[in-house]
Amino acid sequence: MGNRHQHSEACAEVFAQLSRYIDLDLPPETCREIEAHIAGCEPCVEFTESLRKTVELCRNYAPEELPDPISQEARKRLARAYERLLAARKADAASRRSPSDL
Amino acid sequence: MERSGREYEAELARGLMAGEAGAFDRFVGYFGGKIFHYSRLMCGHREDAEEVAQETLLKVFESAEQLREPERVKSWIFRIARNECLMKRRKSVFAPVHELSLDELMPARTGDGDEMRMEIADWRSLPDARTLQSEMRQQLEAAIRALPEAYRSVLLLRDVEELSTEETGQILDLTGDVVRTRLHRARLAVRRSLDAYLRGASETAGRSNG
Repeated sequence: MGNRHQHSEACAEVFAQLSRYIDLDLPPETCREIEAHIAGCEPCVEFTESLRKTVELCRNYAPEELPDPISQEARKRLARAYERLLAARKADAASRRSPSDL
Repeated sequence: MERSGREYEAELARGLMAGEAGAFDRFVGYFGGKIFHYSRLMCGHREDAEEVAQETLLKVFESAEQLREPERVKSWIFRIARNECLMKRRKSVFAPVHELSLDELMPARTGDGDEMRMEIADWRSLPDARTLQSEMRQQLEAAIRALPEAYRSVLLLRDVEELSTEETGQILDLTGDVVRTRLHRARLAVRRSLDAYLRGASETAGRSNG
């Protein structure tokens, strides 16, 4: 679908800042300037929507199936590392206790 | 996930450190999947991604004493995962960053001056992102994979994992401005790929209807 479009410096400026506009990461004044331009520029409206939708797709993107990437063998290794971690934390907590607490 | 992902992740970290029943399985299941997903798109090889997931989690359990802020568990884990991915990288670590320029990401234009036309697909026909169809999902994945690595990592962390600009900068050793610039160009490049796909799909539909 083509659109008649008067390509201008303003469009190029909007184009350069569009992600920050979508992310609400611009000063209010710059946002108002962009909104004022977009309001009168149909191709920029369409382009902004297409970029917004791209971001939305990425945020909702998850693989169709996520096979368990951790094999049984790897899981055992991790479980042993976790047990060591908990044991170290327990020993650390015990050593910090002052004699009066015992 | 209605409850914020951030709260859930902090809870997983607290449960893990407190030695709660089932905490290990929940933590490994959740973050193992996330790291695998990220590294599969970064490394390109399933076997590498599995190893990255395993090695990252092992490092987490070996140095979890550093985890003093459960709210920051995700960015800490992704920083480890990113370093593991770099070690798996089969290309030279000194490969220059392929820059995407804004000009090349502008929609194709025809005509001159006042009669210029901008080629944009009809994005209104796209279904809701949450009910994304398989074919569109594959197109999105292909578009992400096609990004130069420096842009792909930023898009995956900022938009797919929804980490902040600051966190992404810390993970990738980049300033906030560089993260913003790369994110914008990565999004524009993905948008362009999807736009080309949507235009192709509508032409095909037009032909079969006509």
